[in-house]
Amino acid sequence: MLHTLAVLVENNPGVLIRVAGLFTRRGYNIDSLTVCQTEDPELSRMTIVVNGDDQIIEQVRNQLSKLVVVHSVSDYTGECVVDRELALIRVQVSSETRSAVLQTVDIFRGRVVDMGRTNLTVELTGDIPKIDAFVHAIQPYGLMELVRTGKVAILRSEA
Amino acid sequence: MSEEEKTGLIGAHILLNALQQEGVDVIFGYPGGVLLPLYDALLDSPVRHVLARHEQGVVFAADGYSRVTGKVGVCLGTSGPGATNLVTGIANAFLDSIPMVVLTGQVPTSSIGSDSFQEVDIIGITMPITKHSYLVKDARDLPRIVREAFYIARTGRPGPVLIDLPKDVLAAENVIPFSNEMKLKGYKVFGQANNGKIEEVVKVLSESRKPVLYAGGGVVTAGAEDVLRQFIDKTSIPLVTTLMGTGSLPFEHPNSLGMVGMHGTVTANYAVDDCDLLIAVGVRFDDRVTSGIGHRFATKAKVIHIDIDPVEIRKVVKTDIQIVGDARQVITEMLEVLPAFPVPQVTEWWNQLHDWKANHTLEYDKDRLTPQMVIQCLGEVAGGETIVTTDVGQHQMWAAQYYPAVNPRNYATSCGLGVMGYGLPSAIGAQIARPNEKVVVITGDGSFQMSIQELGTIAQNQLPIKIVLLNNGVLGMVRQMQKMFYAERYSQISLQGSPDFVKVAEAYGIHGIHVNSLEQVRGAFEEAFSHPGPVLVEIAISENENVLPMVPPGKLITEMIVR
Ligand SMILES: Cc1ncc(C[n+]2csc(CCOP(=O)(O)OP(=O)(O)O)c2C)c(N)n1
Ligand SMILES: [Mg+2]
Repeated sequence: MLHTLAVLVENNPGVLIRVAGLFTRRGYNIDSLTVCQTEDPELSRMTIVVNGDDQIIEQVRNQLSKLVVVHSVSDYTGECVVDRELALIRVQVSSETRSAVLQTVDIFRGRVVDMGRTNLTVELTGDIPKIDAFVHAIQPYGLMELVRTGKVAILRSEA
Repeated sequence: MSEEEKTGLIGAHILLNALQQEGVDVIFGYPGGVLLPLYDALLDSPVRHVLARHEQGVVFAADGYSRVTGKVGVCLGTSGPGATNLVTGIANAFLDSIPMVVLTGQVPTSSIGSDSFQEVDIIGITMPITKHSYLVKDARDLPRIVREAFYIARTGRPGPVLIDLPKDVLAAENVIPFSNEMKLKGYKVFGQANNGKIEEVVKVLSESRKPVLYAGGGVVTAGAEDVLRQFIDKTSIPLVTTLMGTGSLPFEHPNSLGMVGMHGTVTANYAVDDCDLLIAVGVRFDDRVTSGIGHRFATKAKVIHIDIDPVEIRKVVKTDIQIVGDARQVITEMLEVLPAFPVPQVTEWWNQLHDWKANHTLEYDKDRLTPQMVIQCLGEVAGGETIVTTDVGQHQMWAAQYYPAVNPRNYATSCGLGVMGYGLPSAIGAQIARPNEKVVVITGDGSFQMSIQELGTIAQNQLPIKIVLLNNGVLGMVRQMQKMFYAERYSQISLQGSPDFVKVAEAYGIHGIHVNSLEQVRGAFEEAFSHPGPVLVEIAISENENVLPMVPPGKLITEMIVR
């Protein structure tokens, strides 16, 4: 099962390698990992999506917590969270398909951010199923390039 | 810079002062180019420096020092080759959870990353085998970093912490250091035992009919031997130990069933297999104990796991009750709760255990020179309180089976890494730490030659270490495996070409004794211990001896080869 872990780490060089190294060394599978500075410039937030059964996830959490550079680890799986991913997608277009592609982009509330003679680049934000669905819908027209940020997540506020 | 800002202190002074603040009395080290500012400052520092003959000796000595004192061992190597030579010893300390601070020289900060002379990324290389590591970029941070490093090394589950020291940081002039206040918000130490669970454990124990206590290194780290013994005496529970737990309960104590696992006693292995309750304290269900088949280990038992490291809980074996905490604290709390519950009814269990014990004593031929007899005789002459360090191989296992250790702080052996060459330098660390006590190394001809150069360190420092060398002319442990599992097809186990070890010792000015017969053994040990200086006792044994019992790889612990 996929778990989303929110990991607060020190904002220092070398932190990423400590975390990533732990995953490769112990054979855990990272699905995606994002990292950037938080509201506190001394801390970074990693959002790690990892695959494993309960025992593996417990191990991953404990191993992460054990790193001196890790301040906290929370498992957002099953919690009320808002999660988003940003994707940039380049799609092939011709005079025949252009309007159908634009319509699809519209339905998914995407934005066209670049345009060539034979292709469009679309920016799309959403949860993972939405982006997957868009990619699926656009495939028949010719998917040229796909760049995804990986998931970021935040807990919903109490009330 | 104004006059009062000229402190006259360079980075190396700040480092040495910070080490002194941590109570460091000795550093085991080996110099090199980038460490010149530090070695210069050492000349004026009260901190003692012991020069080994190889950086691996340096780190093993710091390890031995730590095991026999419980204090943080400190070692030092130069950049590049000095640092890489430390790596094996760091791994050894990491796997056995030994508190250590490793100092490495590094090229100047401006050169880092440019493949300059003697530059290696030692932090990168050692990341998987250190508890934490620091690259010092500003000499003013040294007091804080040193304090944090010692704190991390010795608290929680201990381990090695590395501090990488660029030359310009060591040489920085007129340093006015920042505060040494620690900034360790992310570092967690688990010591809080859970009260409800303590009662639960004691209740389960009181209802158990066949309990076994399984203790390891965590008991030693926590200094829990005394409470462990009280607990055993009050509950009549039998104890099995891991190699790390050697000496947790005196060898001769009636409740001790001996070592468990691959070369454990038959009784210990049968007991763990048959018990209805296994209380595991400060152990990690290592594959030398479980044969790597955790799901078939102690299957009839409720398993309780007590350990300070949450990562160990449920890592290998499914357990029924888990307590994350310091072994001493948890056992103490269990002792407090004990009177509230009935004493477990274990008479029948003990009948069974005595039966096994009687039918499966560790045995050997008494009428010829055997390694088992040598170790037993050494124990009788030296006594259980003598500090023993060992190397790795058959001799290590015979030592574990036959040396009558009574104190785990007096026994140092490489367990998790199982690294040959550990014995002699760790004995050096032990003897430096406890100069007035007897120190013996039990080594083999293969292992000894991996650290033989450290005889120079012994000679230079006049350390009265007694070296007991079981010379079988082969890499015995490997030979035994080839004999048992590869149809006696012996491959690369002969050590023909070894020197006359007594002559080698004598060349270093160390007294040497040859032993070739059963009759000479006791006399040789008596002579060694009455000699004031270091002595090498070389004992010729047959290459054909086996370490038994033995659980073949991948087999259940009840499927031992006994004869
Ligand atoms: C550094 C290192 N290399 C290889 C091994 C594998 N190994 C384990 S025991 C052993 C033989 C040890 O020989 P010796 O020291 O003579 O001890 P004996 O088994 O003969 O008592 C070897 C090669 C090891 N444990 N450590
Ligand atoms: Mg040998």
